[in-house]
Amino acid sequence: MTEHVAADVAIVGGGTAGCSTALHLRRRGATVVLLERELCGGQASGVNYGGVRQQGRDLAELPLARRSREMWGRLAEIVGNDCEFVASGHVKLARSDADMAELEAYREAVRPYGLELEMLGRNDLRTRYPFLGDAAVGGSLCADDGQANPRLVAPAFAHAARAAGADIREHASVTTIEHDGARFRLRTASGIEVTATTLLNVAGAWGHEIAARFGESVPEDVIAPNMCVTEPVPHFMVPNFGVCGGGFYVRQIPRGNVIFGGGRGIAARERVRASPLALSSLDSSRQTITLVPCLRHAQIIRTWTGIEGVMPDVIPVIGRSRTTPGLFHAFGFSGHGFQLGPAMGAVLSELILDGATPTPIAAFDIGRFASASS
Amino acid sequence: MEAPQFRRLAESDRPRIRLSIDGRSCEALAGDTLLTALLTNGRRLRSSEFGDEPRAGFCLMGACQDCWVTLEDGTRLRACTTFVAEGMRIVTASAVNDER
Amino acid sequence: MNDRPPIVIGAGPAGSRAAATLVAAGYSPIVLDEAPASGGQIYRRAPSGFTRSYRALYGFDAAKARRLHAAFDGIKGSIDYRPGTLVWDLKHGALHCLSNGRSQEISYRDVILAPGARDRIIPFPGWTLPGIYTLGGAQIALKYQGCAIGTRIVFMGTGPLLYLVAYQYAKAGGAIAAVLDTTPFAAKRRAVPGLLRGGSTFAKGLWYVAALRARGIIVANGIRPVAAEEKDAAVSVLAYRSAAGVERRLACDAIAFGFGLSSETQLADLAEIPFTFDPIQQQFLPEHDISGRTPVRGVYLAGDGSGIAGADAAELAGERAALALLEDHGHEVGKPRVAALERALRQIAEFRVTLEAAFPFPVDIAEEMPDDTILCRCEAVTAGEFRSSAHALEADEINRAKAFSRCGMGRCQGRVCGPAAAAVLAAALNLPPERVGRLRGQPPVKPIPMAVVTVHP
Repeated sequence: MTEHVAADVAIVGGGTAGCSTALHLRRRGATVVLLERELCGGQASGVNYGGVRQQGRDLAELPLARRSREMWGRLAEIVGNDCEFVASGHVKLARSDADMAELEAYREAVRPYGLELEMLGRNDLRTRYPFLGDAAVGGSLCADDGQANPRLVAPAFAHAARAAGADIREHASVTTIEHDGARFRLRTASGIEVTATTLLNVAGAWGHEIAARFGESVPEDVIAPNMCVTEPVPHFMVPNFGVCGGGFYVRQIPRGNVIFGGGRGIAARERVRASPLALSSLDSSRQTITLVPCLRHAQIIRTWTGIEGVMPDVIPVIGRSRTTPGLFHAFGFSGHGFQLGPAMGAVLSELILDGATPTPIAAFDIGRFASASS
Repeated sequence: MEAPQFRRLAESDRPRIRLSIDGRSCEALAGDTLLTALLTNGRRLRSSEFGDEPRAGFCLMGACQDCWVTLEDGTRLRACTTFVAEGMRIVTASAVNDER
Repeated sequence: MNDRPPIVIGAGPAGSRAAATLVAAGYSPIVLDEAPASGGQIYRRAPSGFTRSYRALYGFDAAKARRLHAAFDGIKGSIDYRPGTLVWDLKHGALHCLSNGRSQEISYRDVILAPGARDRIIPFPGWTLPGIYTLGGAQIALKYQGCAIGTRIVFMGTGPLLYLVAYQYAKAGGAIAAVLDTTPFAAKRRAVPGLLRGGSTFAKGLWYVAALRARGIIVANGIRPVAAEEKDAAVSVLAYRSAAGVERRLACDAIAFGFGLSSETQLADLAEIPFTFDPIQQQFLPEHDISGRTPVRGVYLAGDGSGIAGADAAELAGERAALALLEDHGHEVGKPRVAALERALRQIAEFRVTLEAAFPFPVDIAEEMPDDTILCRCEAVTAGEFRSSAHALEADEINRAKAFSRCGMGRCQGRVCGPAAAAVLAAALNLPPERVGRLRGQPPVKPIPMAVVTVHP
């Protein structure tokens, strides 16, 4: 028994980008069907570290990140849930003079984008964050950055989108997609057939599969960021910390649990399964204690990971298809898409409905992967 | 001394062990778990992190994780599966905030 | 085969017999057990320096306990026995275990999981007060530490363990305020014909009830807990409703409660064994056949960790699983012995159906849990908060409800709140319990210290 659904826009992928786009499109009167293989926010959008961060991004991402930051501050107004966002600051720590130089150069480079960073020396660290061990020589603070609860964000956007009239289908794995010259026709394993004039591919680590169906081959790899969380400990850490060179990050939620990540788990993209790796957990635990010695007594109570799509230049694919009118892509956020999610909805809805968006996205064009053979 | 929760019915002929609970000198017996040592001297092990309510363990078999206690030096121990040792110094009030 | 010896996880009745069977066949398994001594829960061995006899400790089961302990002691010299060792992560072909602050990875070709079970509880108002323990916990206090959990104790819940522990306390001189069973008398009466076919279990149960009544202890059926009340920061009263609907109050300084047992299935989950819902036991259990084989090659299950069947069944299942492992490696195993083991296991399984009917899980207590009752004691999440956050973000299964409410995100990983939370969610969504799913296992299966030292082989 096939259920037939027609809409202006079909969205494949229920991460934050997809759910936010569904909401934004509905607010402008377009009809929307969103198809999500399992549950909204179940992959990269939900399993990430939870850092809401502009600092440290590739400059090309900054306009998007700035736009998104403005939305993070109004999340309760946009989706009826603040998703536990706090602008508690983000500190990127330097462990050497070379790191400090890198941070200073970045600070200069981002100023034109309106992002203000404050350089911190060793004494500043000692005064403001006395719990840091001696490993850090300084850092860069972005007071405007912060953290949120990733488990809540995509579901909150999905809920708001549904309330606005979007047709959001979970447990709806897309099996075929065709284009007959006028419309896209999608079928799901759960017996739904969707027709739409516009298709938005926000399928995360599987975005390349949909792109490939339309003759756009992109090299999308996967990473599984290994995450750990401790039992609640008395609250002492306000900002969210990362280190120069990346690879390690730690934050404490108001309830007291300390979340840290580093290293990789295992992602089996075809089976849609991922699992954390004990050695990665033990390794990043060791790094955390080195950086924050007072955590040496805490207990780890849970570890997890998920599947995130990664592009070779570590920035996403965003924009219209090069081959198929009506097809739009936004995937491959390379492990740092969480903060961008809300604004992706605004940008993609503008692109779809107005043909253009004021936020610069040319750097993310899928055409940058077009090889001689395609 | 606060009234104890647990009452010894048997096996009382064992060497005594001295420990400190919130700075107070107390006694237990060799072979007591830390949970028994604490609850033969009082009615709580710790406070809940959320709401500060007193907790005194639950399953006694290492499943519920309710009986984690903190020593004065910050060490964390699961009281029901750890034997009491001479000289242990336990804190049962809200957990020590160690910023060192 | 001895370059990667078989591993047995758990040294209770199932693990002990599995290890002994492997040793008898010439193998030297690694036996990993969290406890400091073998025996599991029911046959927990007293710490050194304790002097009570086996009869004092284990009552009717004294001879079984002695035989089991002797069997394990007899093989210690032939196995790589690691007590005080927690297996905290396991995946295909390798596990991570922690002992004395040191974590080690051990690769395996075959593993027998025998991790046992824990009490199954349903929260009621005031249940997190000091002085309130599980039935199993109360039993451990007495058996393992020679202590009563209080001086005026109410035993509450349902299941054979309720009467066993109350009886053990009465016999040991513990002061009991009452024994309150949630199962109505009529349900038990209906179950009598089936119970009579179950060997000595029923007779023992009757003995316990008679002994309790003979001491003037109230034994009531069909009750419902109303609330535990606090005075001086601990429990002082249990209010309950009798079968006739009359509210009663019992002064007490301790409560021991429980409603049967829940299998410890976290390692089976990490091993990627598929689970199915068992309607008799009202829980999701890892798939296995009567031999202990699972759909995952090289992983075997035995004992209460894969379905509650009691200590006798655990011993049989442990032996049977070891024999399955040997068969799978081409060894000849005695067919008559295999047939006898399986016959006995089937009989016990049939009896368990009757036992569950005689002491049903009172799911209504979960369904009607007042909103201000703490549901998740680790995270202090109330039933009302759980219901409203699941509703607000449209959680249709338990892992999402956990993510939205934090219920199950605490140190115990849902061991305590899981069964009740599933019942609360199912009732809120008007679904049968199996439709809300089960909490997925995530490593570490129990908390591990940040400051773990990794040992490299």
